Amino acid sequence: MMVEGHYYYPGCTMKEKGSDYEKSAMKVMEQLGEPLVEMEDWYCCGAVQSLSEDDIMHQIAPIRTLLMAQEAGEDEVVTLCDMCYNVLKQASERMKEKEDDLETMNEFLDEDPDYEGGVEIYHLFHILKEKKGEIEENVEEPLEDLVVAPYYGCMLLRPDHVAIDNTEDPEIMESFLKLLGVELIENEKRTECCGSYHTVNRSDIVEKRVEDIVGYAAREGADMIVLSCPLCHFNLDYHQRATEFEIPVLYITELMALAFGLDIEMEHHSIDPTSLLEEKGIKE
Amino acid sequence: MDKEETDEEETEEEMVEIFVMGSRYRVPEGLTILTALEYAGYKFTRGCGCRGGFCGACATVYRTEDEYKLKMDLACQTAVEDGMFLVQLPFMPAVREDYDIEEVDPEEHENILLDYYTEVARCVSCNTCTKACPQDIEVMDYVQSALRGDIERTAELSFDCIHCGLCSMRCPADIKHYHMAQMARRIYAKYEQPDSEELALRVEELEEGKYDEKMEELVKMEKEKLKKMYDERDIKEEG
Amino acid sequence: MMKIKKLMRDIELLEKVEELSEQSPNACIQCGTCSAGCPFVDEMDVLPERIFKYIVLDEVEKVLENNTMWICAACYTCSVRCPRDIDIARIMEGVRQIILRADIDNVDVDEVDNIEELPQLAVVGCFRKETG
Repeated sequence: MMVEGHYYYPGCTMKEKGSDYEKSAMKVMEQLGEPLVEMEDWYCCGAVQSLSEDDIMHQIAPIRTLLMAQEAGEDEVVTLCDMCYNVLKQASERMKEKEDDLETMNEFLDEDPDYEGGVEIYHLFHILKEKKGEIEENVEEPLEDLVVAPYYGCMLLRPDHVAIDNTEDPEIMESFLKLLGVELIENEKRTECCGSYHTVNRSDIVEKRVEDIVGYAAREGADMIVLSCPLCHFNLDYHQRATEFEIPVLYITELMALAFGLDIEMEHHSIDPTSLLEEKGIKE
Repeated sequence: MDKEETDEEETEEEMVEIFVMGSRYRVPEGLTILTALEYAGYKFTRGCGCRGGFCGACATVYRTEDEYKLKMDLACQTAVEDGMFLVQLPFMPAVREDYDIEEVDPEEHENILLDYYTEVARCVSCNTCTKACPQDIEVMDYVQSALRGDIERTAELSFDCIHCGLCSMRCPADIKHYHMAQMARRIYAKYEQPDSEELALRVEELEEGKYDEKMEELVKMEKEKLKKMYDERDIKEEG
Repeated sequence: MMKIKKLMRDIELLEKVEELSEQSPNACIQCGTCSAGCPFVDEMDVLPERIFKYIVLDEVEKVLENNTMWICAACYTCSVRCPRDIDIARIMEGVRQIILRADIDNVDVDEVDNIEELPQLAVVGCFRKETG
């Protein structure tokens, strides 16, 4: 590794709507002694993976980013965004498995150095998994009074060749949340799709998904939903306005930062979590 | 009339062969594409402006015999090469979005560039735009900056753009790069760039009439003297 | 409208889907596991397994004129559950691509009017899946 810390790929959304996630993650990782260092330059990954056999064009963007890492002497890239993780990971796997594709790609990128296929993609959770002891040590006051619904969505779990945990019965997020002292609900809806990019032109579809997912959490008595995907965050948070529910949706690093006693901004929340956090004595 | 036959023997070796829209012409080596076209008999009523590489009107597309790549440049800035196949791009159809500069404060609106130039979200990072740019601008990088909402970087990276339109002509995502970047520069200038103290001072001086007398002198000056003065003026280096 | 009619007349559907997706709709046993787990099935004109059947039977109109592939958001739930290991999300992508490559988009970029509210990854994702 060339940088002191993890070579970090943000993705576009982290610079606007997802900035609360990035900022809280930066603080948490610093605290855990695993700082994230943003890549010098990077390109939008494309958000969704192109699944056509013959389509190399839409693999260029993620590979360009991997190439930047390679040229910086890094062999690992870490993401916070679940969608970026999924796309970068699938693209890097494809280049490993299909030599012809890699060759075509390198021919197209003729003015750039060849991508050699050696950059590995990791998600925040891969690092946190190795830091459970430190997470526990850093908790100032366990968040005992808080009932949390963990929510994964799709991109960390499917397709199975990029899954970071069991696709049907994951527990990695729960294992982190338990360290913070919260009470967890058994969330049956935690691996169901939030409606994804339909939020652009079919918000009706997303609203039904949100009704279903948030409704379940509400009925099970959750105070908040915790997740790690900026698109899931937007959909579950913003589109709750079409439902009868009003449950705050937090990024896992926001909750972790609060448990660590770190000061964080929470700007991009349609449902303001402040009153809940005050009520639970978590934030003044 | 075939130029090849009428050209005199001694100039023969200084001629190069170019193909304009498929027709072969022999033109003197060392001419720019623009002057070579005129030499060949073309007359420009549009698609030609300053002839100095600033106005962006004379975009040209060409290939040479020995390279597979399609190249793009300004006709007034590029010398003809032997075996060049070329065509002028007189105009790039790209609609500029309407906006009121008073209504696009990035503090008040998120994704403001994406809001007006939504197709920016279709960028596939192929870098074809950058390769097409005759100004050597990192076009793809400013499009990516715009996508992530970084108006300052979009404005700075695109500063040398002269709106020739070649990036947009080549873009597989139909992005209107140069109009978008112009919006970024305008927003940046209005809302983010620090005000220039020197400019304010100079405006004040102008309003006070400090330069009235000298201006009057220039207006009345003989043309030849004015020309001489212009040619001999001091040009101070930047900074 | 002309484009889609021409497309439907000319396309070798099964062959094209197999080529684009590297998956075979022929392998489907019509068990319905995909539909049972699909979070969007209520919005679909036709259930996913019916689409595979129509592809095999060369019922081009029923595949290309129904909304099933546009409703699919590639969440891969069906792909990980299919007992025949068919990567269904890729078949849906193949069907989408057939339409998009005929220069028929499913979303008009100029008509998206709530950009300010949306996170970039939603917009980028939508355009990747619904414009060609």
